[in-house]
Amino acid sequence: MSGGWKLVDSWVPFLLSILLGIPLASLGLLIAGIVLAGYERLSTSFFLNGPSFDPDKAGIMPALVGSMWVVGLGMAIAIPLGVATAVYLTEYVGSKRVSSIILFNVNNLAGVPSVVYGLVALSIVGYQLGLGRSIATGAIALAFLVLPIIVVSTVEAIREIPVSQRLGAYALGASRLQVVLHVVLRQALPSILTGSILAVSRALGEAAPILVISGLIFVREPPSSPLDEFTALPLQIFNWITRPQAEFKELAAAAIIVLLLLLLALNSLAIYLRARLQARLPG
Amino acid sequence: MTVIVYTLVSESIPFFREVSPGEFVLGREWSALFSEKKFGTLPLLTGTFLTASIGLLIAATLGLGSAIYLSEYASPRLRKAVKPVLELLAGIPTVVYGYFALTMITPFLRENVFHEMSVHNALAAGIALGIMITPMIASISEDALYSVPESLRHGAYALGARRYQVVFKIVVPAAMPGIIASFVLALARAVGETMIVTIAAGFRPVLTLNPLEPIQTLTAFIAQASTGDNPYGTIEYRSLFAVGLYLFLIVMVLNTIGLAVSRKYSSRFGGAG
Repeated sequence: MSGGWKLVDSWVPFLLSILLGIPLASLGLLIAGIVLAGYERLSTSFFLNGPSFDPDKAGIMPALVGSMWVVGLGMAIAIPLGVATAVYLTEYVGSKRVSSIILFNVNNLAGVPSVVYGLVALSIVGYQLGLGRSIATGAIALAFLVLPIIVVSTVEAIREIPVSQRLGAYALGASRLQVVLHVVLRQALPSILTGSILAVSRALGEAAPILVISGLIFVREPPSSPLDEFTALPLQIFNWITRPQAEFKELAAAAIIVLLLLLLALNSLAIYLRARLQARLPG
Repeated sequence: MTVIVYTLVSESIPFFREVSPGEFVLGREWSALFSEKKFGTLPLLTGTFLTASIGLLIAATLGLGSAIYLSEYASPRLRKAVKPVLELLAGIPTVVYGYFALTMITPFLRENVFHEMSVHNALAAGIALGIMITPMIASISEDALYSVPESLRHGAYALGARRYQVVFKIVVPAAMPGIIASFVLALARAVGETMIVTIAAGFRPVLTLNPLEPIQTLTAFIAQASTGDNPYGTIEYRSLFAVGLYLFLIVMVLNTIGLAVSRKYSSRFGGAG
């Protein structure tokens, strides 16, 4: 009998490692399949042209510029707001109860489906504030979508700062504001940057809220102001996927390659910056 | 939070003046975008839970298996190497998973397993959802397994237990609240996911549990309605918010349960996590 149990003991880790192998293998399959399907479509005209009913002339220029606009503007709102919320929570809110209620809310916000952010932004910003189905409306939806990422990473970074550093600064006669700016924010900077870059990656890949706000419109020219209608890279991908012709599926795969490379670059940047800034700052 | 609830509710109130909430929740027919409108969300709800359950079933198996392997068997070096790759899987945009389901999973299944499967179907969407939420289950469950105190393992070994007995009869049960929390949170994520199901599961709000047929989820309805022209204030526009409110409530209930379970667990071993 004991021989049988020994067999179980050696098979269990093997079976479990297969279960771990499946998601890893699907990641490989997914990337290989996309690269094979799309790489031939990556040409100069693919980057410079707009959408077209002729798949050989279609490109991602307006979508790419739209993505830069909506993500850039969204981050310009989310990063200051997120960092300010985190500093307020950790440095200025006296009662533990108030700050834990706010943090609970922020955590709950992280669980709201992204499509709901699109609906809420469309109703409040798009119609009640009158900004329409514009970049500005999309940016505000994305800003609130990624706000929890920035708040949580900043709060965690601030909580790790040793008390001695604050006390040291106060002992030298620094004001509260000086401590926040020169000690707290400076120490938290690597984490704020990493959190912000993760937020950018999240916002860059989101299609659902953008779809709700801008619809599947045909945008020929890159947008030039925050009040313009727009499309974004993930939405252009969605648009091409839903066309029945095989050529458009290839275009979708090519655009996915561009999107994944952008995300990879952002994540590498996050890792690099974190390592560099942490090495530079003492303690 | 308050703003979200207020907006969804205030945009839905005019809708519920025309459609009774009873019909909305229990009605068996949904045709909001046709001329003869029916507003029963039961088909959308079954579509949502059909795809999400397939996803959860897959992700629970793969995610928990991976978590047990990484926490109890893998060398520290392998553990350190695999975790970022799983995070990479979690960071892939959902349109990409949609593409994966529609152009790779469905054709593969149609050729090799289910020849009569539709181009749009709940199964492929569910599989893609499952791969998407696997890292979430793996990561939360792994934290739970890893934080089970070493003394419990040692105690079991001292009583003569074999390794698999320690793992499956001591460590896994001890980490169960964390594991269940990971399942519930992952289910909430799958229920709220939009692009995968819109791309791969179809636009047919039919009351069916057959995973080979096209269906429509709550989120896919919102996406479909958004691709068309729904001027402000029309019943179609309002129905978006009514469905959004329904989705929001379901996801929030699931998230609250998940977070409550995981909070209860984190205090069990004196905050050993």
